[in-house]
Amino acid sequence: MAEYKGVLIYAEIGEGKLKAISTELLGCGRKLADDLGQELCAVLVGSGVSSLAREAIAFGADKVYVVDDPLLEDYQADSYVSVMAKVVKQVMPQILILGQTSIGRDLAPGLAFRLGTAAATDCIELAIDPDSKLMWQTKPVYGGNAQAIFTCQSYPQIATVRAKAMSPLERDDSKQGEVITIGADLDASAIRARVLEKVREEVEGIKLEEAEVIVSGGRGIGGADGFKQLEELAKILKGAVGASRPPCDNGWVADSLQVGLTGKIVAPNLYIAVGISGASQHISGCSGAKNIVAINKDPEANIFRQAHFGVVGDWKKVLPAFTSKVRELLAE
Amino acid sequence: MNVIVCVKQVIDPEAPPASFKIDPTGNKMVTPPGVSPVVDPYAEYAVEAALRIKDVQGGKITAISLGANLVPEMVKKPLAMGADELILLADEAFAEGDSWSTAYALGMAIKKLGDYDLILCGREASDWDAGQVGSGIAEFLGLPSVSLARKIDITEGKARVERVTDDGYEVVEVSLPAVITVSNELGEPRYATIKGIMIARRKEPVVWKPADIGVESSQIGAAGRRSQLLKLFQPVREGKCEVAEGDSPEEAAVNLALKLREAKAL
Ligand SMILES: Cc1cc2nc3c(=O)[nH]c(=O)nc-3n(C[C@H](O)[C@H](O)[C@H](O)COP(=O)(O)OP(=O)(O)OC[C@H]3O[C@@H](n4cnc5c(N)ncnc54)[C@H](O)[C@@H]3O)c2cc1C
Ligand SMILES: Nc1ncnc2c1ncn2[C@@H]1O[C@H](COP(=O)(O)O)[C@@H](O)[C@H]1O
Repeated sequence: MAEYKGVLIYAEIGEGKLKAISTELLGCGRKLADDLGQELCAVLVGSGVSSLAREAIAFGADKVYVVDDPLLEDYQADSYVSVMAKVVKQVMPQILILGQTSIGRDLAPGLAFRLGTAAATDCIELAIDPDSKLMWQTKPVYGGNAQAIFTCQSYPQIATVRAKAMSPLERDDSKQGEVITIGADLDASAIRARVLEKVREEVEGIKLEEAEVIVSGGRGIGGADGFKQLEELAKILKGAVGASRPPCDNGWVADSLQVGLTGKIVAPNLYIAVGISGASQHISGCSGAKNIVAINKDPEANIFRQAHFGVVGDWKKVLPAFTSKVRELLAE
Repeated sequence: MNVIVCVKQVIDPEAPPASFKIDPTGNKMVTPPGVSPVVDPYAEYAVEAALRIKDVQGGKITAISLGANLVPEMVKKPLAMGADELILLADEAFAEGDSWSTAYALGMAIKKLGDYDLILCGREASDWDAGQVGSGIAEFLGLPSVSLARKIDITEGKARVERVTDDGYEVVEVSLPAVITVSNELGEPRYATIKGIMIARRKEPVVWKPADIGVESSQIGAAGRRSQLLKLFQPVREGKCEVAEGDSPEEAAVNLALKLREAKAL
């Protein structure tokens, strides 16, 4: 095991940029690498991604490995797992960190099993045990009703990290680093699962993950019509509309609006939860909000244990009055 | 089409949050009193996905559950929904595993079954929220895998899968046999019919012990783990909710807006 060294982060790319999660991972990886007194490396996998190596260095990486190949245009498990297994064998990092995204959720376990090591998914905290130098991997379990700390004694120790759980470093364009190219060596015929088409289902307006204000509705809203009122409030607050799972499952709103453990992770300044009971799986997605406001007719609802402000009442009566008062206050 | 569905028994994840308690001596979740175990919800979506395939293609659905203390009425739910066979990997030696040892044992059981076209799992089980066993089974059996499916169509030895992504979905075509993990966007699992429940009641599950699937006890359950659980805990939430009052809901709403303004949240 002695030859494994350093921290490697898997940097995701979207729309020609490093995704927010990648800079968060670099921030967290930097700290782990410093605690170990080792290097922080990043790996970029894709097609036409080399130019982003500088970015990864500016956000904290000492070294960037680039695997650039037209066959890597889309994330496909077969090619990405095989490329990453090759990278790990060459780089031999002690720690490999990925994002808990639709890519990381797929790639991390696949890679861990391929390499014979374990992954901890959806971590919210990673730290180095001062004695054993192993990585403590803290993750919510039981839908957020508890947390667990895992360790793994085989290298690399692999973890995926939840969005918005870590802070990126300030960008430093003067930072120096090394860029190393690794060949993909892919055999196109070995790709058994192929992406045929990609469909984006984004709603108009401010992106949920980026919004400073989110007005979220739950099963208590009762239907698609009710969400129009939430939209109105969101518009006034220059925010976005979100939802718990039932409105998505029922087709009242797009699936992409789901906030929670298996939906989007958000951390706005203001999160207004209307007709949401506050199940742990939902709270997992919004507990990073600075101010949580609950509007619910049930005073015993768990959401009141999570919220900072609230009103007990029927949202159909509360919301119109609240909306008009907010409009009035903001106009002042 | 022979479809295998892996189904885990879990503590009801939608039990009230206050009922989740940790056994301080055992780093274990205590089963809350009065809360009965359920089939892990995402695996129920996987059963639904299997049934939809069977509705169109015909064939056979075999459900497999691994664990100790499996409750027969509960693990029979896939049968009641319409699955044909149930295999239980029921033994103390299988208990307290991690994703590695669980996927290994399930993979070995599936290998013993042999004749399969498709293996379905839930995207993540609601206890450890790991989301790894599907990938693990695929790796152990050398099969391709697709995760987070919201729709599966089978045509000519291939599956066309709509896979949920962070901003929509993608269409993935995979050769069979393959492992696919299923997400809730698939749509509600069907209810068990009375007839289904009667059939399930009469059907005896097949029980396999470690030796039946050719695994050593050192490779499975707690002994076969590749990750160690150091600590299980419940962070305390100190927060307190300031509830806005009023003589009417409208007045309370106005007071809420004023409170938020005062706190500079608006
Ligand atoms: C593994 C797993 C993952 C999950 N992932 C997620 C996830 O990512 N996101 C998520 O949201 N859920 C998730 N869930 C589901 C979660 O457990 C809950 O079932 C869900 O969050 C409940 O949504 P809800 O609060 O809208 O509905 P309910 O729990 O049904 O609550 C509705 C609330 O509305 C209130 N209400 C009703 N009418 C009114 C009215 N007129 N005025 C005011 N209040 C009213 C009620 O008092 C109640 O509190 C997951 C579950 C599992 C098992
Ligand atoms: N003990 C088990 N028995 C049967 N299936 C399981 C078991 N553990 C996990 N699975 C399957 O793997 C999926 C993902 O589980 P996990 O990787 O543990 O989150 C579950 O939804 C099940 O389909």
